[in-house]
Amino acid sequence: MSDTKGARKKLVEVKNLKMHFPIRTGLLRRVTGAVKAVDDVSFDIFEGETLGLVGESGCGKSTCGRAVLRLYEPTAGSIILDGEEIAHAPFDTLRRLRPKMQMVFQDPQASLNPRMTVASIIGEPLSEHSKMSSKDRLARIYELMDAVGLNRDFANRYPHEFSGGQRQRIGIARALALNPKFIVCDEPIAALDVSIQAQVVNLLEDLQDRLGLTYLFISHDLSMVRHIADRVVVMYLGKVAEIGPRDGLYDDPLHPYTRALLSAVPEPDPASHDTANRTILQGDVPSPANPPKGCNFSTRCPVAMPICHQVDPTMREVKPGRVVACHLYTETTNETAVHAAEPAGA
Amino acid sequence: MTDTAPSQPQAPVAEFESYRAPRNQWWDVWDQFKTHKGALFGLGFFIFILLFVFVGPLIWTMDAQYIDIRARNAGPSLAHPLGTDQLGRDTLARMMAGGQTSIAVGLTAMLLALVLGTLIGVLAGYFRKIDGLLMRTTDLFLALPLLPLLLVIIMLYRDNLRAAFGPEGGIFVLIVVVIGATSWMQTARVVRGDVLAIKEREFVLAAKSIGTPSHRMITRHLLPNVMSPIMVSATLGIANAIITESALSFLGLGFPSDFPTWGRLLFDATDWLTQNPERVIWPGLAISLTVLSVNYIGDGLRDALDPRIRGR
Repeated sequence: MSDTKGARKKLVEVKNLKMHFPIRTGLLRRVTGAVKAVDDVSFDIFEGETLGLVGESGCGKSTCGRAVLRLYEPTAGSIILDGEEIAHAPFDTLRRLRPKMQMVFQDPQASLNPRMTVASIIGEPLSEHSKMSSKDRLARIYELMDAVGLNRDFANRYPHEFSGGQRQRIGIARALALNPKFIVCDEPIAALDVSIQAQVVNLLEDLQDRLGLTYLFISHDLSMVRHIADRVVVMYLGKVAEIGPRDGLYDDPLHPYTRALLSAVPEPDPASHDTANRTILQGDVPSPANPPKGCNFSTRCPVAMPICHQVDPTMREVKPGRVVACHLYTETTNETAVHAAEPAGA
Repeated sequence: MTDTAPSQPQAPVAEFESYRAPRNQWWDVWDQFKTHKGALFGLGFFIFILLFVFVGPLIWTMDAQYIDIRARNAGPSLAHPLGTDQLGRDTLARMMAGGQTSIAVGLTAMLLALVLGTLIGVLAGYFRKIDGLLMRTTDLFLALPLLPLLLVIIMLYRDNLRAAFGPEGGIFVLIVVVIGATSWMQTARVVRGDVLAIKEREFVLAAKSIGTPSHRMITRHLLPNVMSPIMVSATLGIANAIITESALSFLGLGFPSDFPTWGRLLFDATDWLTQNPERVIWPGLAISLTVLSVNYIGDGLRDALDPRIRGR
C-alpha cells in the first residue's frame, strides 16, 4: 500500500496542528494554562484512502477530527483541503468549502435534531448550499435514503422513532447529501452494538467504493480500524506516536505505545488469549493540561531511556511510509537499543 | 448516483409519487393536540370567551356605559340577565366590554414579554460575548419591585400617552408596555439556560459542519427545541398579564374609572360584596376560567409540539 502513495494526490494535509483549550481560573478568569488536546499533529490523507486514527480515550482523536473540519478554531498550524488553506479561513470561504468536507458523528441520537423529520435533516445541507426546488430536493433525499438503505416511507418520521443503526444511516445520508470528497467519521460505530457495527462499516466501505470518498476514520476499536483503514495514525496524549500503512503497523509496530495498544486487542482464540505476551502499561495517562517533559509517553513507556525524559522526539520516517516519534529510532540509537533499554524501564 | 437530481430524467418523479410526501408537521401537531382532552376543552372555552366578549356586544346591544339609576343594584332579570351595578349599568354588557380590554391586554402584554424574553434569552445563550451584559440586565429587572415601579411609571407617563393615543388608547399602550417590560425576565432566564444546553449538542455541531449561519442555526435548531419552556411562559404570561391588569385597575391605577375591565368590575363590586355578592363572582369567574383555559391550551400545545411525546 505504501508503494503507491507517492503517486497519489494528497487531499488533506495537516501540518503542526495545535488545538489548545485555555484554562481560566480566579476571579478575573485569567488564562493560567491550556489543555493541549491536540499538540503539533501532522499527517496527510491521500485521495480515496481511509486513514484510521486510533488512540485511547481522551487522547485528542475527536478534537483532532473536529479541528480538521474547522469546527473548532485551531490554535496554530495549517490544514490544506484540496489545495485550499482552511485553518484560518474566514466564515464565507469556509462556507463555500463546507460541501467538500462532512462529518459523521459518534452519537447518532445526539447528532440529529429531535424536532426535525428525517427528510428535513437530510435535506438541510441541500437547502443550505443549493437552490433546488422542493421537488428536486425531495428526489435527492429519496435517492440518499436509498443509498444508505433506509426505507423511503421513513422520510416523515422523527429520529427518536429509529434504532441506533438506522439513526447512524440518517447521519451518513446527511453527510453524503452534498457529494463531499472527504468525510470525518468520528467513532461512527462506538455507540452501536456489534451486529450493527458491521452493517454500518460495510455501508461506509460500499459508499467509498461507489462514490470515491476519502475517510478519516476515528476509532478506538483497533480490529475495526484494521478492517477498514489503509493507513493508521496512532495518537497518544495529543501527539502522533506513529503513522504507517495498516499491515506494516499491525504486524510490526515500532512505537512502544503502538505495541502496548495492539497487545491489548482481545484475542478470540482462548488458547492464544491465555498465552498472549501482553504489554500492560502501568499508571495513568498524564493530564493534557500538564504533559510530562520530553516524550509524552515517557512516564509509562516500558523501554524509556534517560533522553526520553528530556527531549521531545520528532517525527522520523524510519522505513518507507513508516513515521514514528520515538528516540529508539533516532540515529544516535539503533535497533539493539530497544532491547538494551528494556531492563532499564521507567 | 453522485449527481444531483437535475441531470436525471423524469423517472424518479413518477416513482416517488407512490410514497407519502412529507406532510406539513402542523397537521401532526393538530392530531396530537386533539388527543389532549383538557387542551380541547380549554380551547373550546377560550373560543367561547372570545365570542362572548367580541361577538356578544353585537347581540346584547345594551351600552355598557348607559346609566339607568332606577334599576340600580338589581338582581338577575330578563332585562338585565346578570343584574346591574350601583349606577344601574348592565353587568352583562360591562362584562363583555371589560373582557375585550382584559383579553387584549393579556394577549399583547404576553406577546411583548415573550418576544423580549425569547430574544434576550437566545442572544445571551448563543453569543457568549453579550451573555454577561444581558443577564445582568435581566437580574436588574428582576430586582425591581414591580408594583411601586408601575405606580411611578403610570404617574409619570399617563398624561403624555393620553395626549398621544387618547384616554383609553394611551392607558392601553402604557399598561401593555409596562406589564410586558416587567415580566420577560423569567422567560429570558429559562430560554438562556436551555439554549446553553442545546448549543453543545452534536446536532448543532453537525449544522455548523454544514456551514449553517448563526441566524438559521437559531431559527432552525435552537428555537424549536426551546419551544416547551416558551409555551409554558406564554400561557403563564397571559394569566399574569390579566391578573396584573386587574390588580392595577383594582388599585384604581389602570383604565379610567368608568371604563370597564374585569379587574375594574371586581374592584367596584367589592364595596357591595354583602349586598350583591354575585357581582364579584362574574368577573372573578371570568378571569379564573380564562386563565385556566389558556393554561390547558398551553399544556396541550407543548405536548403536541414535542415529536417525542407525539404519537404516544
